[in-house]
Amino acid sequence: MRLSMDLELQDIPGQLLLALQPLKENKANIISVVHHRDHKTPRGMIPVRFVVEMDQSKIEQVKTKLRESGILVVRAGEDRFIEAVSVVLVGHVLDSDLGDTVSRIDSTGFAEVMDLALTMPGVNEPSSAYLKIRATGKNEIQKALTILREVGREKKLLVIEPIEAEAV
Amino acid sequence: MRDVKVSLVGFGVVGHGVVDVLSRKKKLLRDMGLNLKLVSVTDHTGTVLAEDGVDAEKILGERTLANVATSGMKGKEAISAIDSDLMIEVTPTNIVHGQPGLGHMEAALSGGKHVVTSNKGPLVVSYGKLKKLAEDNGVMLKFEATVGGTMPLISLVERTLVGNTINGIRGIFNGTCNYILTRMAEEGIPYTHALSEAQDLGIAEADPSYDVEGVDTAGKVVILANSLFGMDVKYSDVDVTGITGVTPEALALAKKRGYAIKLIGDVPALTVRPTLVPLDSPIAVSGTLNSAAIYTDLSGTITVTGLGAGSIETASAILTDIISIYRTKLIDAIF
Repeated sequence: MRLSMDLELQDIPGQLLLALQPLKENKANIISVVHHRDHKTPRGMIPVRFVVEMDQSKIEQVKTKLRESGILVVRAGEDRFIEAVSVVLVGHVLDSDLGDTVSRIDSTGFAEVMDLALTMPGVNEPSSAYLKIRATGKNEIQKALTILREVGREKKLLVIEPIEAEAV
Repeated sequence: MRDVKVSLVGFGVVGHGVVDVLSRKKKLLRDMGLNLKLVSVTDHTGTVLAEDGVDAEKILGERTLANVATSGMKGKEAISAIDSDLMIEVTPTNIVHGQPGLGHMEAALSGGKHVVTSNKGPLVVSYGKLKKLAEDNGVMLKFEATVGGTMPLISLVERTLVGNTINGIRGIFNGTCNYILTRMAEEGIPYTHALSEAQDLGIAEADPSYDVEGVDTAGKVVILANSLFGMDVKYSDVDVTGITGVTPEALALAKKRGYAIKLIGDVPALTVRPTLVPLDSPIAVSGTLNSAAIYTDLSGTITVTGLGAGSIETASAILTDIISIYRTKLIDAIF
C-alpha cells in the first residue's frame, strides 16, 4: 500500500534520521522524501513529506513512535490518487446536470474530479468544460474515462480525451 | 535504360500534378535509368493517346480532356485496350463502393499492370482482394499517396522500420480539419467561420462533410490497419467522431492547460475523434500539415510530418511509388 505522510521536524540536527527510524523498523520502502529546510512553518518547524510503500496496519505504530520522538505528524494516510487525466466536454454540459456528471466519477471511490472549468458563450449555445480527474491507478483512469464516455453518449456530449503517451 | 509505359487514369487536380511532375522529372528519371513514357491519359471525357509520350504542355492547360482527346475510350475499356506496364489511378474517391477506381484497378492488375494510386476508396472497400489480385498477377499495388499525402508513412514502416514490431500509429491525417482547428484555436473564431475561410482558400470542399465528419481520416485508418497491421477491417469498423462539435471555448480551455485539440486517427484502435494532444508533442502540428507517431518496439516512437494534400505533393508520393517498383529488385530483395 502506498502511503504519504506529512511531518514537521524541529530545526535541530538529526531530526530527519529520527523520523526515518520508525519507518525502517516497520519495513517501509521509501518512494520519496521532500524536505524543504528553507520553507519553515510559522512555528519554525521544517515540513517533510514522505511517500512510502508499507503495510497499512503498521501506520499507527509508526505514528506513535514518531510522536514519542517529538516529531509532529500532520497527516498520514493512503496516497490514493496517483494518476491524473485531463478531459474536455462540449455540449449542454450544465443543462445535462453537470453535478450528476461529476458525481458519476466521484461515486466510483477510485476516481474523482479535482479541477473543473466551464465556459458558457450563450444561452442556447454549447458550453465547454475542462475536467481534471485523478484516480488510484492507470487502470482506474481508463475506467473513469469509460464512464465519462457513457455519460457523453447518454447526454449527447462530445468527450475529448487525451492522446495516450504510448500505444498499448 | 528501362523503358516503362505508363497510363494515367483520372485528370483532376492530382492527375494534372502527375502529368506535370512526370514531365519535370524526366531527366532525373533517365539519369536513374528509368525511361518513363506517359502513353495515355484518360478521364471521363475520353483518352489522349501518344506512343512516344503525351505532350504535357499540350494538355496541362485543359481542365478536362474533352478538347484534346484522340480517342473516345474511357475507364476499363481504355485500361484493357492500351498497352502499358503501369497504371496511375487518380479518379475521385468513393469510400462506399470504391468506384470507378475499383473497377479500373481490377482491370489493370488482372491485365498484369502495376498500379500506383492516391485513390483511397478502392483500398478501403477491397484491399484484400486487390492485394491478392496483384500477387496472383505478379505485379505491385502501391498507394503511399492515399495516407498523409507526401508525408512518408507506408514506405517508412514497410522499408525503413522493417524488423520493428509496430504497436500503433496515431496521427493527424486530414489537413482540412487541422486547418480549421488551428484557426479556431488561434483566433477564437467559431467552427462555421473557420470552415468558410477554409472554403474560400480552397482548403475545404463546398460540401465539407467528407473531411469534417472524419470520413476521410477513417478511410486512411482502414488502409493503414489493413496494409500495415495485417487486419481485415472495413470503414464501418471505425468509431468516428468529426470536428463539427468542437467549440473555440473548448480549444481555449484545452490550450490553457497545455493541450491542443486535434482530429486523431488511431490504428489499431480504429478510432477517429477529436483528441487532446500536448502542445509540445511533435504530432501537434498546425495549419494544413499532417503528422503521424509510429510506436515501435525497437525504435521507440518515430514521428513524421508533412503536407497531406496538394496536386504536386500527391504526385510526388506517386512518383516515389513508381520509382520504388522498378528499384525493388536492386535494393530491397533478399537474394
